[in-house]
Amino acid sequence: MSRYACRRIVNYFNLSVSVLTMGFGLFWLAWILVTLVQLGIGGIQPSLFTQMTPPPGSSGGLGNAIVGSLIMTGLAIAVGAPVGILAGTYLAEYGRHSRIAGFILFINDILLSAPSIIIGLFIYALMVVPLGHFSGWAGAISLAAIVLPIVVRTTDNMLRLVPENLREAAAALGAPRWLVILRISYRASRAGILTGVLLAVARISGETAPLLFTALNNQFWSTSLGRPMPNLPVVIFQYAMSPYKDWQHLAWAGALLITFSVLALSVVARIFLRGTEQQP
Amino acid sequence: MMNSAVTQARAEKTPPGASGAGRAVDGLFRQLTFAAAVFVLLVLLGIIASLVIGSLPALEHFGASFIWTDVWNPVTNEFGALAPMYGTLVTSLIAMLIGVPVSFGIAVFITELCPVLLKRPLSIMVELLAGIPSIIYGMWGLFVFAPFFADYIQPWMTAHLGSWPAVGALFQGPPMGIGMFTAGLILAIMVVPFITSIMRDVFEVVPPVLKESAYAMGCTTWEVVRHVVLPYTRVGVTGGIMLGLGRALGETMAVTFVIGNAHHISAALFMPGNTISSSLANEFTEADGQLYTSSLIALGLILFCITFLVLVAARLMLMRLQAREGR
Repeated sequence: MSRYACRRIVNYFNLSVSVLTMGFGLFWLAWILVTLVQLGIGGIQPSLFTQMTPPPGSSGGLGNAIVGSLIMTGLAIAVGAPVGILAGTYLAEYGRHSRIAGFILFINDILLSAPSIIIGLFIYALMVVPLGHFSGWAGAISLAAIVLPIVVRTTDNMLRLVPENLREAAAALGAPRWLVILRISYRASRAGILTGVLLAVARISGETAPLLFTALNNQFWSTSLGRPMPNLPVVIFQYAMSPYKDWQHLAWAGALLITFSVLALSVVARIFLRGTEQQP
Repeated sequence: MMNSAVTQARAEKTPPGASGAGRAVDGLFRQLTFAAAVFVLLVLLGIIASLVIGSLPALEHFGASFIWTDVWNPVTNEFGALAPMYGTLVTSLIAMLIGVPVSFGIAVFITELCPVLLKRPLSIMVELLAGIPSIIYGMWGLFVFAPFFADYIQPWMTAHLGSWPAVGALFQGPPMGIGMFTAGLILAIMVVPFITSIMRDVFEVVPPVLKESAYAMGCTTWEVVRHVVLPYTRVGVTGGIMLGLGRALGETMAVTFVIGNAHHISAALFMPGNTISSSLANEFTEADGQLYTSSLIALGLILFCITFLVLVAARLMLMRLQAREGR
């Protein structure tokens, strides 16, 4: 066989394998999503949202867990996002060329991919041990610790994209630095920063591991943050692992709910981001 | 550089007509943002401190032998980290062996082969894999994939690969569908989107001139990828792989569902095992006694050290690539 033919064969073979890997990736995505719809769609009824988690053998819903998850997610964003935006502001605006900012950014990137179960252990030691019991607060704070590095990273990225001319123009008009940041930098990067927050919401909505040691779970309606708080991921975990069929059905319904909310959120966030990228 | 220096100088100088109060606000805002940035450092220090303090009782009791002891017995209060560490490393290794070539193939497809129109939708679909919460992977793995694997694929693998010399021992075990191989495979699916997106990004920074020159010399697409794109992006690709490895090492819920939770070491990949994170998820809230809890936190400390090293290496490599781009 000529050398040329040989090279062509190698080329076609490797490129076909590349196409196959693409198919391989999409195959799993399709399989997981189809499974979720098949097993979960039957459980999506009004009672899923209105009734609370049942004891085995009776009917019920996931209402208390959904509310608990919403409360903790909201709190986590309320705590994590402002701190993250401020920290990102320092890194991109004040400390852009300083060593300490570079170091903090580096540490932030490590935190970004640190195992979430480690965050759970940290908040357990910080809040659950001193207080002596699991609580909704501890769950919310552990989620906030996951939100923080995501928001820091996107805020920093987005602020760095703001053209320097805008800041100079504002400074030339006599605006002090904080006004430049608030009125110019934030305004120019608003959509990007918001996208970061949305991505953070998507990330923590399905987060289970840190909640196991912090919020634990609760069978009943509980909006008290001082007590263990029901939440969707841990309920799904416990119900899926249980031997009761009706609990497993509820777990699949919850899984469908959580996955499609998360996927919808991340698609919306991406479209949002692309909309801003195309603006001049 | 020049421009930003000018801005900084101008913005920090008191603007004409600005009052002392305006200046105070400026200082205050700067300090506020600085405090928030330092807070990020405090979180990391807090994590390290809490893990070290929490694991002290276990480390004092067992000493360094904690790391290479293969016993985990809550009844007699004897604990060693070897089995979970082994499980963590083996499942991550399987995940990398499957995930890295697949991610590479997908990244090549998206950057070099795919029609422009499909690029974005396909990228988003691969990234959706990253968006699926890990607990969903676990449920799907336990209830859908494991039975399928046990019925159709595992018997075939044991029958055909199990008799091979040397590697045959790897493919033994009861046909339950759960175990270290399943955990590794699911981890592979989970890390593919992370590695792919980094490979795709670094492949796209290769200057078109380089690729075009190679094509002009008559190179095939594969040769361009192999001899131009890969050498140019080697550091970034390695960084992306390490980042994926960091993910795989610390992944908890998906593994907890399918690994079988058994504290023993076995060469057979179809045997149930345990990882550090799945031990924590399974046992932490039920652990009674200070030594038991402390041993689990010590496991967490080991996991943190391993992932920390891997992630630092990953970030340093990605930074090196960025530095070269900026040159």
